Amino acid sequence: MSTTAVPPKKTNHIGLEVVQYKGGKTTLCAGCGHNAVSERIVEAFYEMGVEPWRVAKLSGIGCSSKSPAYFLNLSHGFNSVHGRAPAVATGAMLANRDLLGIVVTGDGDTASIGIGQFMHLLRRNLPLIYIIEDNGVYGLTKGQFSATSDYGAKSKGGSLNEMHKLDCCLLGIELGATLVARTFSGDKRQLLAILKAAIAHKGLSIIDVISPCVTFNDHPGSTMSYAYMKEHDVALHELDFIPHFDDIRLELEEGEARDVTMHDGSILRVKKLGRDYDPTDKMGAIRTLHEAEDAQEVVTGILYLNTQTKNFFDTLHMTDTPLASLPEQVTRPSKAALDEIMEELR
Amino acid sequence: MSTTLTSPARPDGDAAPAGVVNDFSIQVATANGSGSQTSNTVLMRAIFQMGIPVSGKNMFPSNIQGLPTWFTIRASKHGWIGRKKEVDFLVAMNPETAREDCLDLEPGRVLVYDEPLKLNELRSDLVMVPVPFDKLVGPVCPEAKLRKLVKNMLYDGVVAYMLDIEMEEIRKALFKQFGPKKVKAAELNWGAAQAGYDWAKANVHVEQPYRLERMKGTQGKIIIEGNTATALGCIFAGCTFVAWYPITPSSSLVESMIGYLKRLRTGPDGKGTYAVVQAEDELASIGMVIGAGWAGARAMTATAGPGVSLMSEFVGLAYYTEIPAVIVDVQRVGPSTGLPTRTMQGDILSNATLSHGDTRHPILFPSGPEECFSMAANAFDLAEQFQTPVFINTDLDLGMNNWMSDPLPYSDAPIRRGKVLSSADLDRLGGFARYRDVDGDGVGYRTLPGTNHPAASYFTRGSGHNEMAQYSERPEDYVNNVDRLSRKFNSIRGAVPQPEIDAAAGARIGMVYCGTSREACRESQEQLQREQDLPVSTLRLRAYPYTRALDEFIDSHEVVYVIDQNRDGQLFQLMRLDLTLERIQKLRSVRYYTGLPIDARTITDEILRQEAQ
Ligand SMILES: Cc1ncc(C[n+]2csc(CCOP(=O)(O)OP(=O)(O)O)c2C)c(N)n1
Ligand code: SF4
Ligand SMILES: [Mg+2]
Repeated sequence: MSTTAVPPKKTNHIGLEVVQYKGGKTTLCAGCGHNAVSERIVEAFYEMGVEPWRVAKLSGIGCSSKSPAYFLNLSHGFNSVHGRAPAVATGAMLANRDLLGIVVTGDGDTASIGIGQFMHLLRRNLPLIYIIEDNGVYGLTKGQFSATSDYGAKSKGGSLNEMHKLDCCLLGIELGATLVARTFSGDKRQLLAILKAAIAHKGLSIIDVISPCVTFNDHPGSTMSYAYMKEHDVALHELDFIPHFDDIRLELEEGEARDVTMHDGSILRVKKLGRDYDPTDKMGAIRTLHEAEDAQEVVTGILYLNTQTKNFFDTLHMTDTPLASLPEQVTRPSKAALDEIMEELR
Repeated sequence: MSTTLTSPARPDGDAAPAGVVNDFSIQVATANGSGSQTSNTVLMRAIFQMGIPVSGKNMFPSNIQGLPTWFTIRASKHGWIGRKKEVDFLVAMNPETAREDCLDLEPGRVLVYDEPLKLNELRSDLVMVPVPFDKLVGPVCPEAKLRKLVKNMLYDGVVAYMLDIEMEEIRKALFKQFGPKKVKAAELNWGAAQAGYDWAKANVHVEQPYRLERMKGTQGKIIIEGNTATALGCIFAGCTFVAWYPITPSSSLVESMIGYLKRLRTGPDGKGTYAVVQAEDELASIGMVIGAGWAGARAMTATAGPGVSLMSEFVGLAYYTEIPAVIVDVQRVGPSTGLPTRTMQGDILSNATLSHGDTRHPILFPSGPEECFSMAANAFDLAEQFQTPVFINTDLDLGMNNWMSDPLPYSDAPIRRGKVLSSADLDRLGGFARYRDVDGDGVGYRTLPGTNHPAASYFTRGSGHNEMAQYSERPEDYVNNVDRLSRKFNSIRGAVPQPEIDAAAGARIGMVYCGTSREACRESQEQLQREQDLPVSTLRLRAYPYTRALDEFIDSHEVVYVIDQNRDGQLFQLMRLDLTLERIQKLRSVRYYTGLPIDARTITDEILRQEAQ
């Protein structure tokens, strides 16, 4: 008998391997920021031990919106129409409240054609992870400026953007999203921690990931290039995420960090960097974003977190059972009920 | 109090019909928001309670207060409840329109009017009854600010006296209308109705031909608006998800649904077994419905033409991705302001072909409340069985007017959720191909998100996919897919409700119609037979796609008139899309498009005109 033991396969706490979280092969450009986001999503769902079949991944249209095909092959996916993923996701989540929904869209998808749906999504605090792969351009239609492009940014062809930008994080904080973060596709550690926090959060998470388009917006003069982000990315804090199933949680010591307990019992450790930033302070968050814009800084981290507000299921007084699985006996009232109504109409 | 009740203005000539019992129309002209809705409904219900078949049609403006409104009640011992073109008995309360209303009447008709309008100066060939409403209302309604509302109940009393409507039925209808919570208001109004009656008894001595007489024509019937019937239909069909954006004439459908859902579908935990979302627009409402349908809820929206236009892109997506959705289109006249509160069969063509690329959608055409109810269940079953958007095409006339109807028919037929694979099915099968035609009916099997099985997931995307739901731009895959969608549409043909056919012996002429044209077409069929000795067969389409029955009907007639309530003959055009040339050549088109419901006389006259050519 052989004595060389086969090393046990590495699995997460529900016994799945990382390959079971992978998606199809990407068809995006090599070096596109969106690919890095897909990779982090695979890691985050694997490390959090989410059952892949419980996940619904949705998107609109764009290079970014193709991303759901590149992660979580074992989850149902829906590449819908341009700018309308919020509506489709809302319907899906309400139909089955046990799903964990993740939307991946672009800045064109969200901030232009879909801005109306995005703003109304923010108002509802539907449990959902909403990622904007933000590159300041319409990648798929070959590089036109998008509404998140900074004032004064230069296009690849040399033209200047002279329109004010639309900040999806500011809108998110203002209109009711309960977890709002900005991060950079190149910052693996921060992006991963934020994704895990969003998985643990039972409300609407908006994650604006600066995700450079190497083909149309990675040149000098761009404010969304890898080079620009290297110089202008200012992390607000260092984030550690301790999942609810991790026993280390119990041994955490009080320290310099702020600890936020997430809905599932996980702990988000927010460690101070340069400044003391309180992500539960709404006004502070808004001020910080405005100041950063003036200072030409891209502040990253969890900008705002509120674990206290009720979510959309509560607002609608919905039953705990997913609507999709309610049996006929529950969804069709009795003949007696109809007879009573008929009597009233005689 | 005025004692001046003029001796009746004698009708000149002999145009006044002699003794008309239970077969005439009453119209009340008021201003919108003046509170006349209650008194009109009470009048209609009292007639209904006397056993006389009745219909009530409200012609109202797109306005909350001030613009003119006409409510027409038709009593018909023959049971004709379509609109009647001519007004026989008019109550003119609105100074804005009184002159025109008066001049429009045929000679010999009856005109009750608010005395200060002095309509007696306009013509002398009507039976005129001026009523001093302002003088009468004071004593019955001490509170000045309520007088405008209570005034309306006075005419109920006057009309009741003149037409022999039993006051006890007025009382019953009135208290029912106000409900147990507003007894005080009901009593105030009842006082006014009685005052009107007493005044008329003492002062109105004119001779006029119209009378109502108790009969037994409404036993077991109900009075209901089509929108309420559709709302109940959706609830009893097990609908679990509604997303909507308010638009006349569909809003009252969802509002009625919300009310009944609270009552009927609150679970044992006190929470709803449904979700209703008022979305930000129709793009969002249909998007939500598609998301919910994808994830396995029985999902619907209700809208009107402008909303349907906005839903166009999404409906195409649902067609190609094969997601069930039910869309109730309560049709109205065209875009934007003007006639949004008038009826039209305006979206037949757009419903059938909505969106870009090659698309075809099934439509159901209810013609009355019973079908609003039963076809809601048909629509959900079709949508889920065939995994496609299905339209229920009603209109303002059906949706918002009062219809006399048989009670809505409860069904306990099993709800058909279509081909959905569970994890146990997947264990057995080992896997599945989302868009493969396994059963030869063009319909693939689907799984729902959340199905706990490694083989359950698939990726949903628009036009470019192969049988395995993998991304594909290959021409063969595209052709294979859209050809299967055609086969699927053909399978739907075998599952939709069959037309209602009334074949007349020896008929050379046929009439084809749908929806609310029913009452007018049936009455016209009877008119043509009785007045012209012209037998006409009728076929009422209850669904698109058409079935073989339509082919056979056309084959067995020389000419077939297609009746449309729109300018462009949309039903006519839609038939031309699908029929053979030989059959198309037999078709003629009758079109009515005033914003009012079609009436029998219009059809009869137009068929006779075309026949004479
Ligand atoms: C209704 C509609 N209008 C326009 C388009 C064309 N279109 C496709 S993707 C896109 C922009 C995508 O930009 P973004 O969301 O930023 O995604 P990126 O490609 O940059 O990742 C546009 C305008 C479309 N698909 N649908
Ligand atoms: S065009 Fe830009 S956004 Fe699109 S895949 Fe390439 S790098 Fe990414
Ligand atoms: Mg972009």
